[in-house]
Amino acid sequence: MTEPVIALRGVRAELGSRPVLRGIDLTVHRGEVVALLGANGSGKSTAVRSVIGQVPVSAGEVDLFGVPRRRFRDWARVGYVPQRTTAAGGVPATVTEVVSSGRLARTRFGLFRRADREAVRQALELVGMADRAKDSVDALSGGQHQRVLIARALAAAPELLIMDEPMAGVDLASQAILADTLRHQVSEGATVLLVLHELGPLEPLIDRAVVLRDGCVLHDGPPPKAVGQHALPGHDHVHPHAPAGTEPIRTGLLS
Amino acid sequence: MEILDYAFMQRALLAAVLVGITAPAVGIYLVQRRQALMGDGIGHVAMTGVGLGFLLSWSPVWMATLVSVLGALFMELVRWYAKTRGDIALAMLFYGGMAGGVMFINLAPGGSTTNLSSFLFGSLSTVSESDVTSICLLAAFVVLITVGLRRQLFAVSQDEEFARVTGLPVRFLNLLTAITAAVTVSVAMRVVGLLLVSALMVVPVAAAQQLTRSFAATFAIAVAIGVSVTIGGTVTSYYQDVPPGATIVLLTIGAFIALTALAAPLARRRARALAAAQPGGDPAECAIPATRKDRDEVGA
Repeated sequence: MTEPVIALRGVRAELGSRPVLRGIDLTVHRGEVVALLGANGSGKSTAVRSVIGQVPVSAGEVDLFGVPRRRFRDWARVGYVPQRTTAAGGVPATVTEVVSSGRLARTRFGLFRRADREAVRQALELVGMADRAKDSVDALSGGQHQRVLIARALAAAPELLIMDEPMAGVDLASQAILADTLRHQVSEGATVLLVLHELGPLEPLIDRAVVLRDGCVLHDGPPPKAVGQHALPGHDHVHPHAPAGTEPIRTGLLS
Repeated sequence: MEILDYAFMQRALLAAVLVGITAPAVGIYLVQRRQALMGDGIGHVAMTGVGLGFLLSWSPVWMATLVSVLGALFMELVRWYAKTRGDIALAMLFYGGMAGGVMFINLAPGGSTTNLSSFLFGSLSTVSESDVTSICLLAAFVVLITVGLRRQLFAVSQDEEFARVTGLPVRFLNLLTAITAAVTVSVAMRVVGLLLVSALMVVPVAAAQQLTRSFAATFAIAVAIGVSVTIGGTVTSYYQDVPPGATIVLLTIGAFIALTALAAPLARRRARALAAAQPGGDPAECAIPATRKDRDEVGA
């Protein structure tokens, strides 16, 4: 197999004084789609954030495209879709304006040329948001907003997509479109690392699942089929907002 | 127009136009990153610069620029390193800056707090020839940064974490924003005064957003409002003999109220137009069955 796109070796990280990652090994090869699963607080978001350098790593090594992360500069090869938050800017912005900022990974401080505008338009086509290009992002639903964030990552035509809970709070129509978008990217040879709460509609795309618990890798292998990751030994599915004793709700929406 | 016959009014109007352009141009990024009051803080810090200018007999505009740039850099450093006690550090910086200004100006030979008042609230007749030169140079810098780097500053102000992953030098751009805001304070100090600078950075942007859906349009309308109120305020101040800073700020707030009143019917009309454009078939309804199949497979 060729050089891994992402390689984490013995990565430890703390938030404050609390250890969140306790020595994680994770390798993602070119063209692979890897899902990072685990309960709330298992360290899955911290793990992806350590890959993109947003969380300081206290021990271990992180390589991106075979280069130690500290020396990695080729960020146009990485498309990042952060966990969707309500933290929109304090000034209105259109869908095109937000997606265009993803293209800065390629243009940097240079001119924004016709080819860049075209790349932004194509990214919006891919997520089915081209008809909303001139709308304010504040006017979008949660699912549409998520599609815009994915288009923003795709605008730089990255080889590696890193997505943090892309399906959280996304309506069913958008979930289907997101799955299609991802399928298209994978067929074009993209490598994908995504944090998921459960496999959901993306399941058929996923080559490998890595399950974290308490900052350790609990499972690394084929995605848990049919029964879902709930059946994994020792996997606690924490639903803090659900009344105690209720069955996990399986609506296809992520909780 | 007889108002243009006076050299001091020509200078005042030129300074007013430059303030009207630069203050909202920087302010839009501060509002976007939800630091609307940063301009106010820098204004306080700049008072020390004015005081030092008097004490050392240097140009108060350049001293204010120097001190407020240092203050803005310090504020950025606090934002990086101090997580919990950050606001206390900023409070000390602001009030220290104000107290320093009062102290230095009283130490200056023949200086008293009265000298400070034209810097606090703005004054047209005191805009000197050399002030105009400084204001033009500083305003050129502000326009160069806020327009030339608008895509980069937009990205950083919209989503800092994402901007870092695109490889943009986020820290450098944050420092640049802080420096540009500090320079703008010095530009605006002569016309609107240090205590009212922040209003001209924030209120035109807030007023413009009542009408706009895009960042570009908000930027353009905010600058248009800024220039209108600074010219309007300067002219009013000349004819009515009222303080320019206060007149400009009250006009800006008036513009905000007028545009807010205008925005409600406009939004209703837009919503009606949108509803007319998409009759019936919401796409979400058609997509549910397709997704439900996937869900059934997973949730066995």
